[in-house]
Amino acid sequence: MTATAPALAGRAPGRELRRPSRGGRTSWPLTVALALCSLTVLAPLYVTVTMAFKTSEQSVDGNAFALPAPFNPASFAEAWQLTRFPVSFGISVGVAALTVALTLLLSSLASYAIVRYWSHRFFRWSFVYLLASMFLPFPVIALTEIKLTALTGLDNPLGVAILHAMFQLAFSVLLFSAYLRSIPVELEESARIDGATTWQVFWRIILPLLGPMIATVGIFAFLASWNDFMLPSMIVSDPTLQVLPVVQNIFQSQFGTNYNVAFASYLMAMAPTIVVYLIAQRWVISGITQGAVKS
Amino acid sequence: MTATTTPSTATRVPAPAPDGTTARRRRRGRPEPIAYVFLVPALLVFTVFVVIPALVGIFYSFTDYVGFGGWSFLGLRNYVALLGDPGIREAYGFTLGFAVVTVVVAQVIALTLAIGLSKRIRFAAGLRAIFVIPMVVSGIVVAYVFSFLFSNTLPAFASAVGLDPLSQSILGNPDLAWLAIVVVSAWQTIPGALLVYTAGLTSIPGDLYEASSLDGAGPWRQFRSITLPLIAGFVLINTILGIKGYLGVYDVIVGLTGGGPGNATSSVAMTIFGGFTGGDYAYQMANATVFFVITVLISVLQLVVSRGRNIRL
Repeated sequence: MTATAPALAGRAPGRELRRPSRGGRTSWPLTVALALCSLTVLAPLYVTVTMAFKTSEQSVDGNAFALPAPFNPASFAEAWQLTRFPVSFGISVGVAALTVALTLLLSSLASYAIVRYWSHRFFRWSFVYLLASMFLPFPVIALTEIKLTALTGLDNPLGVAILHAMFQLAFSVLLFSAYLRSIPVELEESARIDGATTWQVFWRIILPLLGPMIATVGIFAFLASWNDFMLPSMIVSDPTLQVLPVVQNIFQSQFGTNYNVAFASYLMAMAPTIVVYLIAQRWVISGITQGAVKS
Repeated sequence: MTATTTPSTATRVPAPAPDGTTARRRRRGRPEPIAYVFLVPALLVFTVFVVIPALVGIFYSFTDYVGFGGWSFLGLRNYVALLGDPGIREAYGFTLGFAVVTVVVAQVIALTLAIGLSKRIRFAAGLRAIFVIPMVVSGIVVAYVFSFLFSNTLPAFASAVGLDPLSQSILGNPDLAWLAIVVVSAWQTIPGALLVYTAGLTSIPGDLYEASSLDGAGPWRQFRSITLPLIAGFVLINTILGIKGYLGVYDVIVGLTGGGPGNATSSVAMTIFGGFTGGDYAYQMANATVFFVITVLISVLQLVVSRGRNIRL
């Protein structure tokens, strides 16, 4: 499993998932069956889109699959204001970006030190120490975490980003160190003979080689942070500083029957990642696959 | 692989040596100071934000702390009380049952889809792209969308075709609400498992299938004798990660039922969070500690069982 990654790294992303050698011709029944299965993914998304463009009257008529008639884009303006979309969207972007940056910085540096000095107990134990948290679910430490962030003034988006990065650390160190083990030491040793410092070796040689894994770790960190509800809903004490998934809960209470506005808001929350994903689909899938296989 | 080393050591947290002096000199000599500069920041923030909160939480589980003010030791009294608490027992029963059902449902569907996508079909890349979409959307938002479908669309459809039992929202039915949570959790987690299986299937040489079909093996026989044994490691990792995720189920329940009707779909995570508002802080910390131990035990158990069956990661 580990050995496949470096070989794949240079190839076009996504391509390696194609399997050329299964004989026979195109199976149309299977294609149709899978297309029908894909409706289970598409139908909820379709309902979200149509509901968002309906009027409040049509949104309660019970037929969720009907096309909007009349077409009513006004729900978006209302949803935009109710969720203070620019603010919550901006906070979500900030939290996710900071999570990705912190995760990449801490885990790449730590993994490099761990792999290069694996023969030393301190580095070996540190690996086990960091990885142990893979089996620590957030609910277990949630209550103390709420107290800790309140005490240290981190009961805000900054604290959320730090904690997201912490919960990403074990998985990221695992991915980076598995990948780093496949990079031959000789590569750095020749640079060292030319007088490069450890920092230069890391920055100029290791980091560029880590490219594909940086993408993988970054994608996982981004998705985990961007889509999370549990942690920000616990940690952020000021409701005006909430992230995008959490502000969606206003539609559960105050605006119970304005389904069109609620769905317009859900659509605005879902669309950014879906659009980016569809554009960079091959690349994202190959990134995720590398991460999944390595774990 | 590397993951196999974790569970056995997960329960005891080794104290890292304060500096490199205890490390023995080996092949590549003493680490340069900069190696510690690389590693120590990660260890430090991890200790402050994860390990210390965990230890503090375990400590308070032996006290009568209510979240503020003073406290005194209770010994194991919180743990004893947990055993006799019907609400807690129900939450564990629900969470474990939910995790087992969902992991089976999600793995069967994910593997079926992955095998389907690996055959000669049209639009394989496009279909795969669609199947992965749930992975990039927020669980709570998806749960809100499904909540509408379960409480409005499905009943309307059921009464139109005359399926009376489903003409009421299943979210309001204490016996059926858990099904909705299984459906949405599986919907969200199938893509991840699907990609792992796709990678696993790609690693199987195609000529194995050709040779076996020359010997007259049908698709089912091929699946049992070639596919399943060769991707057993992928099944294992998916199951372990899946169960761990499902045990912590929270977002989906908040979006669908809020733990109701009554407490019918209240997960362990939800009971723990109740400790922050309910005033039984220390009691819920004991609950959290038990939950952690159970999570680790289940993962270790799965690894031990798989070792016994010679499945290698």
